Amino acid sequence: MKDRATVLYDIPGPRTRLRNNVLTLAFGVVLLLAAYFVWTKFDEKGQWDGKLWQPFLQADTWTELILPGLRNTLTAAVVAAVLALLFGAVFGIARLSDHRWVRIPAAVVVEGFRAIPLLMMIFFAQYGGSLAGLTVSEFAAVVFGLMVYNGSVLAEIVRAGILAVPRGQAEAGYAMGLRKNQVMRLILLPQAVTAMMPAIVSQLVVLLKDTALGFVVAYADLLNAGARVVPANYANLIPSVIVIAVVYILINLALGYLANWLERRSRRSRKISADPAAAEMAGGEVALAR
Amino acid sequence: MEAVVDELPVILGAFWLTVKLTVVSGVISLVWGIVLAAMRVSPLPVLRGAGALYVNVLRNTPLTLIIVFCGLGLGTVMNVQFSQDDLSLNSFWLSIVGLSAYTSAFVCEVVRSGINTVPLGQAEAARAIGLTFLQTLRLVILPQAVRAVIAPLGSLLNALVKNTTVAAAIGVMEAALRMKNLFDAHGDAIIPIFLGFAAGFIVLTLPLNLLSGRLAQRLAVAR
Repeated sequence: MKDRATVLYDIPGPRTRLRNNVLTLAFGVVLLLAAYFVWTKFDEKGQWDGKLWQPFLQADTWTELILPGLRNTLTAAVVAAVLALLFGAVFGIARLSDHRWVRIPAAVVVEGFRAIPLLMMIFFAQYGGSLAGLTVSEFAAVVFGLMVYNGSVLAEIVRAGILAVPRGQAEAGYAMGLRKNQVMRLILLPQAVTAMMPAIVSQLVVLLKDTALGFVVAYADLLNAGARVVPANYANLIPSVIVIAVVYILINLALGYLANWLERRSRRSRKISADPAAAEMAGGEVALAR
Repeated sequence: MEAVVDELPVILGAFWLTVKLTVVSGVISLVWGIVLAAMRVSPLPVLRGAGALYVNVLRNTPLTLIIVFCGLGLGTVMNVQFSQDDLSLNSFWLSIVGLSAYTSAFVCEVVRSGINTVPLGQAEAARAIGLTFLQTLRLVILPQAVRAVIAPLGSLLNALVKNTTVAAAIGVMEAALRMKNLFDAHGDAIIPIFLGFAAGFIVLTLPLNLLSGRLAQRLAVAR
């Protein structure tokens, strides 16, 4: 990336270096002025007051208010991730079925759920569940929404991953006399999963971010802790949302590094014949967007 | 089914709001995203750093948090007002600020990956005839880069259509929140109402997909 971008400009000569230094200084000043402007605006409203930030230095703010929210966010994310992976595997493979009566309904389900916004699925889970006589908790509604939406995206990633395994692999399997499910289970899936790993992890980052939608239905997640619970106690909405944002960013950056590491590892590995980039292209395009 | 027919004007009004949110924040984030991409490939480390910081922060923050920050933080605490008397218009614009800030980070990354698809010779040729960095970018690189990423930009726009529902978090009466209200009003017609709104989103996103696929093919740069 870095050396590619530098083809846009030459190695600077003395005059360009001088000009670049002047421009660096100028833009640096502009950016600092912008930051200063924002800082003073917040300062006018007293947002940098010590007493608004003080709660985050006390242990019980974290243990009583924030960490329970974080735990709920992570629980919802983990449960939803497991269910979405199952959903994605089942529907991704079903879309590749030889039987039309399996393939077409699976395609309708996957395409349908991908087109419907997640928040609508969460609302529908709440109200539709009560229609069927069930009381749907906020947790269940959020997990259901995350499962069907991200599961559908994962189904596309799985499908693309399996299609990215060279045809010769499946043909060799059939030539050895393996059955269809053996070819899928023993030959295609193991190779596809390795190739799909980076795309899957980046979709899981999306899933984790989307748990914040639980806020809208008052699920007691991390965002709820930061935007409702803590400000209700200390009247410090802006500091609290900023602190919560930092927590989200750190978690997501860690997962992002994991995805990069997996990608580099699978690129180095010579055992798989599927192209990780191909699976990434198909799934990643969707993953990238949310 | 009756409920859907009776409430059709309300439903169409909600989708009109969704369309307005999408178009306005789509245009803003396209422009701002391209500016960010230009910053991230510029020869000045300050601009590169600022662009990278912006993109990494915004991309890793949940959209709901950004919208809540805009609505409650900027709107209520900081008293940023776009309209003195119309509260719903105010939250409409605040949610556009949030949606654009978030989406532009993704536009930036897509455009930057498009810049990577432009062959090295193009930039070298541009420099050889004496174009400056900005001229190279504006006249040679960006026109080719944007054409190469029409399809990913299309799926971003598609995601934006769905993401506008998050504005419900600060009470903007777009499709998802309107659907919830109709659920409350017509407890007996939940499934028809849901199917109606689902159909609405499919109607919005399906043509977008087809159009961006078409456009991507027609505008592709022959190499």
